Amino acid sequence: MANYKNHVLVCSGTGCRASQGEEIVLNLEAEIEKNGLGEEVQVVRTGCFGFCEKGPVVKMIPDNTFYVQVTPEDASDLVSEHLVKGRQVERLLFTDPETKEKVADSKKMGFYKKQIRLALRNCGFINPENIHEYIARDGYAALGKAFTMKPEEVIQEIIDSGLRGRGGGGFPTGLKWDITRKVQAEQKYVVCNADEGDPGAFMDRSILEGDPHSVLESMAINGYCTGATKGLIYIRAEYPLAINRLKIAIEQARELGLLGTDILGSGFDFDVEIRYGAGAFVCGEETSLIHSMEGHRGEPTVKPPFPSESGYKGMPTNVNNVETYANIPVILLEGAKYFASIGTEKSKGTKVFALAGKVNNVGLIEVPMGITLREVIFDIGGGIKDGKKFKSVQTGGPSGGCLTEKHLDIPIDYDNLLASGSMMGSGGMIVMDEDDCMVSVAKFYLDFTVEESCGKCAPCRIGNKRLYEMLDKISEGKATEADLGRLRNLANVIKDTSLCGLGQTSPNPVLSTMDNFRDEYLAHVKDKKCPAGQCKSLLQYVIDAEPCIGCTACVRVCPVDAISGEKKQPHTINQETCIKCGACMDKCKFKAISIQ
Amino acid sequence: METVQLTIDNKKVEVAKGTTILEAAKTIGVDIPTLCHMKLEDTNFENNPGGCRVCVVEVAGRRNLAPACKSECTPNMEVNTHSVRVVNARRTVMELILSDHPSDCLVCAKAGNCDLQDMAQTLGIRQIPFQGEKNEYKSDESPAIIREMEKCIMCRRCETACNKVQTVGVLSAINRGFESVVAPAFEMDLDHSNCTFCGQCVAVCPTGALTERDHSREVLDAIVDPTKTVIVNTAPAVRAALGEEFGMEAGTRVTGKMVSALRKIGFDYVFDTDFAADLTIMEEGTELLGRLSKHLAGDKDVKLPILTSCCPGWVNFFEYNFPDMLDVPSTAKSPQQMFGAIAKSYFAEKLGKKREDLVVVSVMPCLAKKYECSRDEFKTDGNPEVDLSISTRELAQMIKNYNINFNQLEDEDFDQPLGESTGASVIFGTTGGVIEAAVRTAYEVHTKKECPSVDFKELRGMEGIRSATIDFDGLPINIGIAHGLGNARKLLEDVRAGKSNFHAIEIMACPGGCIGGGGQPYHHGKVETLKARQKAIYSEDESKTLRKSHENPFVQKLYEEFLGEPCGHKSHELLHTHYYDKKNVDKK
Amino acid sequence: MADITLDADKVEELKAVCVKFNHDGGELINVLHAAQIIFGYLPAEVQVIVAEGLNVSIAHVYGVVTFYSFFTMTPKGEHPISICMGTACYVRGAEKVLDEFNKLLGTKTGETTPDGKFSVSSLRCVGACGLAPVVTVGEKVYGRVAAADVKGILAEYGA
Repeated sequence: MANYKNHVLVCSGTGCRASQGEEIVLNLEAEIEKNGLGEEVQVVRTGCFGFCEKGPVVKMIPDNTFYVQVTPEDASDLVSEHLVKGRQVERLLFTDPETKEKVADSKKMGFYKKQIRLALRNCGFINPENIHEYIARDGYAALGKAFTMKPEEVIQEIIDSGLRGRGGGGFPTGLKWDITRKVQAEQKYVVCNADEGDPGAFMDRSILEGDPHSVLESMAINGYCTGATKGLIYIRAEYPLAINRLKIAIEQARELGLLGTDILGSGFDFDVEIRYGAGAFVCGEETSLIHSMEGHRGEPTVKPPFPSESGYKGMPTNVNNVETYANIPVILLEGAKYFASIGTEKSKGTKVFALAGKVNNVGLIEVPMGITLREVIFDIGGGIKDGKKFKSVQTGGPSGGCLTEKHLDIPIDYDNLLASGSMMGSGGMIVMDEDDCMVSVAKFYLDFTVEESCGKCAPCRIGNKRLYEMLDKISEGKATEADLGRLRNLANVIKDTSLCGLGQTSPNPVLSTMDNFRDEYLAHVKDKKCPAGQCKSLLQYVIDAEPCIGCTACVRVCPVDAISGEKKQPHTINQETCIKCGACMDKCKFKAISIQ
Repeated sequence: METVQLTIDNKKVEVAKGTTILEAAKTIGVDIPTLCHMKLEDTNFENNPGGCRVCVVEVAGRRNLAPACKSECTPNMEVNTHSVRVVNARRTVMELILSDHPSDCLVCAKAGNCDLQDMAQTLGIRQIPFQGEKNEYKSDESPAIIREMEKCIMCRRCETACNKVQTVGVLSAINRGFESVVAPAFEMDLDHSNCTFCGQCVAVCPTGALTERDHSREVLDAIVDPTKTVIVNTAPAVRAALGEEFGMEAGTRVTGKMVSALRKIGFDYVFDTDFAADLTIMEEGTELLGRLSKHLAGDKDVKLPILTSCCPGWVNFFEYNFPDMLDVPSTAKSPQQMFGAIAKSYFAEKLGKKREDLVVVSVMPCLAKKYECSRDEFKTDGNPEVDLSISTRELAQMIKNYNINFNQLEDEDFDQPLGESTGASVIFGTTGGVIEAAVRTAYEVHTKKECPSVDFKELRGMEGIRSATIDFDGLPINIGIAHGLGNARKLLEDVRAGKSNFHAIEIMACPGGCIGGGGQPYHHGKVETLKARQKAIYSEDESKTLRKSHENPFVQKLYEEFLGEPCGHKSHELLHTHYYDKKNVDKK
Repeated sequence: MADITLDADKVEELKAVCVKFNHDGGELINVLHAAQIIFGYLPAEVQVIVAEGLNVSIAHVYGVVTFYSFFTMTPKGEHPISICMGTACYVRGAEKVLDEFNKLLGTKTGETTPDGKFSVSSLRCVGACGLAPVVTVGEKVYGRVAAADVKGILAEYGA
């Protein structure tokens, strides 16, 4: 970056690109050229800054001015004002929701204040398509350092750091590496699990889009430690941008001799290939992932044997996910001690969460383990959208559970989340407000599980389907209290008997909502009411005779002719025929129609 | 041997390292229920996906329940196979499986023989608390096998049989989750697929999802038709297994009772396929010796080894998979088709009847035989040589329908002339038998000397691939034997690659040969059943006075009166066939 | 199954892919990805070629194709519409958006309109949760879509 006086960093993550991020880059470049600054200013497409809510984000270097919600039309102001005249473009600065003051430095924004960025250290800072920018920020130095150590020493460092798998299970990473190292075999493999399928989680994608080399470097380090010479990245085919950047990264690393034979003169050979997922959530499970890479249906097999002993093509295979790998260089360069100084007793370091749902600041955040849910949702997330009331937060995706008010002050780590009936999972964090019906939420996740169950074992294949059907019955007001008992027993049996992690955790959304929102279930079952007003069958659309002027607009829009009444007289809705589509309520200009 | 000590249901057990909880429990008399698991010892059939989860047990210190079939014993493990938690889980899983299964047990072909039904009884399931959507699939009625996949419980046994054991590769799990099921590509009918109709999928299916196509009603229609003369013939393996359907111990020979029952049912003539088996040896043996002498005379074009061709599943298999080698197998028809050809020519002539007035029924241990009857080359002017082929199971069903107390029947003998047979033909029913029968005859024809011993024990056994060298009085003859199509494929690939030094190879599609055929009483995973049947076959051979095919007086008479000589003009017309390249038939 | 005739050049291209992957059955998923790029979908005829090219059974290929939701045996519409049904989009009303598309196009999720112009599918999280609910039409991404916007989006593509 040395030759330029100024750098303009433009977020080129999937989210910001979808909001005309690329047009912003092109317009900025054109404006810079027009103002004759081509020699002095460089526009850099970076990975995700994380603050997706306020995207597209543009950041000015060296003064660190952070512009939000930029449009392509803003390019001329940014160049003529900020770059030419040295004046901040006030209207594009972030407004602190409390003080209403403009904030130019991201470090002073609530969203960033409590974050510690280790795995995401380069996202938003470098051009992911240029290996030299990665190297300039100590890229591949960890690999070089590893070469000066014995494999056992490197692994010991990782064990000492306390790093645990970030893909969901939380198995100690160093121990996993050590198992693979100790198994004797002709060929070993390093696999990066980038089949991020958790609906509502996108940290792996962001890392691969923003900092692909950190993953390549760590895979090489793993290869050095375990004796593996081949690396495979199993990535979702739905991530074209990440795939493209990975391909570029692999090519560049090969060109510089950082992948290939005799890396950095160490005598160590290592190369990486990309394998594509094809839309099966279960392939996030490591045995399924391996079968998929071998050209089979992604069905899991019973463990043991673990992939560390017998994995891809029957050979010892170390499988870690993207975020886990992204932490490795930090541990080697900053030391295990530094890493272990962050976090709680049993969960060290940081965790990336995809904060989404009914929260003001949707985005990708990285926080130290041990932070509370309250801090995440209210300090970083800026509280609940539209001033609504917090109801629940779902962590761990379809494998996790819905936590509530009483869990807000629990320090977040693997064990606390598990003890609360949820789990860390890959890091999805969905915030829900008073309008969300927890029966519907449980149903939503079960619908997902039913669709994604591989079908190999009976409890997951049939059990989850029946769970879904029972929840459906509840949401239609057709269930009894006895059904709740059956629902719980079935959920427990599915957990207890399923073959793989998918089925063993799929009932969590049901069990946690039953535990934490029992009254809401009872309301559906006993009173036949949906307190959040989400379950269609339990709603009634009614016309209030007073504001109704008999304009007949609702009659015309009703698809099933359920509304009747004389012109200019109050109308009524026939509840028998009404399909609760809500079209009448949308159409009524007099707010005469309400849900009861 | 490294061992592991553990406790199962509070009993101390010591087992070899690597033993599963399921196997360890068996050693102390604890039968953990299983559904998907099936292992046919001493064969390469093992289905162990760990998918049904009925065998779950509680292991102290473990978070969830462990599948006994897939969990290895570890030192000091404490296993409880029937805690409240286990029993509840097992029952709930079973209720789930039943909730996606039709409740038409009363009229299901598998009723009384169904592993799923047995399990529901064992676990005492009295109601299915889960009501919901059930899967529906189109039914598939091929000439041999019926698929009713809404009865499939995804145990994957058929998939293992079709792919791992038989390497036929017609079946695969398809779709995902609740919709998943086992089916041929594009859910096409088996009839359009590369299916060999070996029936091994049927033999291992725990439910009524895969069954044979039932032809017994058509047989009865023929019997009651006064214009038809109905002739039945029974394959050697049938008599070694039929008794099982009537509660007899596996391996009980019921030849005489079977003949008696067939007469009671009303067949006009009760003949023996074994007669045709002796005829097969005359033809195939002669063909072998013909090729051998050409080979010895230095003819480079002669195809050796010669492959047996009496197994229709096997014939289908090489037509699909080895179409470049269609000239390698013997051209001799299978005994079933030789029988039909002789019955509808020689015997029809004797009766003074037209072939259309005869109905030839065969009772076979096999489902591929049903398909074989439907092949066009086995028809004369559209009239098949064998009209109907029923399985051992269908015959048992007919006997039951006729209110015949099978166990109390007096033994009776087959009718003549097509009922006479030698011991050589009996052993056609087991792996190694055809080639042993061929050797008995070929040896004597070639050496013009009597065999030193009739029993060629080196050709017997249960190993999937076997080989032996037989000394033809100074001329070493190398014999290969394979049973199970996966094993056959290995031998065939060697032949294709020019690496085979065998002179003759016997191939049977089914594990164990015809005794393990797809039409036999269900073995439920017990290899002892197959072994007992094999023993019965050899003991029937020993009990015969005549034990070499060429000594069969009625076969000799047939050549004198009708056929001329083996591999002669008339034989070629009636007793030999040709094969088709089926590789490129439309597969959609 | 209706017979279709495959473009001969594309067939050659696919066969070349099988050669490139060394006729290795372990590469089945890679080859299917390539085949779907070449043909746009994976009709039976294409699967038969893949099976032969990789020495695996057709049933195995079909078993794999039907397992993975990314693979499709029906041609996508000229403008494939995907509605993200990830959790973030779901809680922000994606279902209503999906319903609206289906209502206006007369389709069910997973179907293509009879004129082949549009196909509607749901997908799981494109990772643009900041823009929830998200809809993609071809390569173009639409963020913060409400049911009322659907008509306008379709109009852009001449519906």
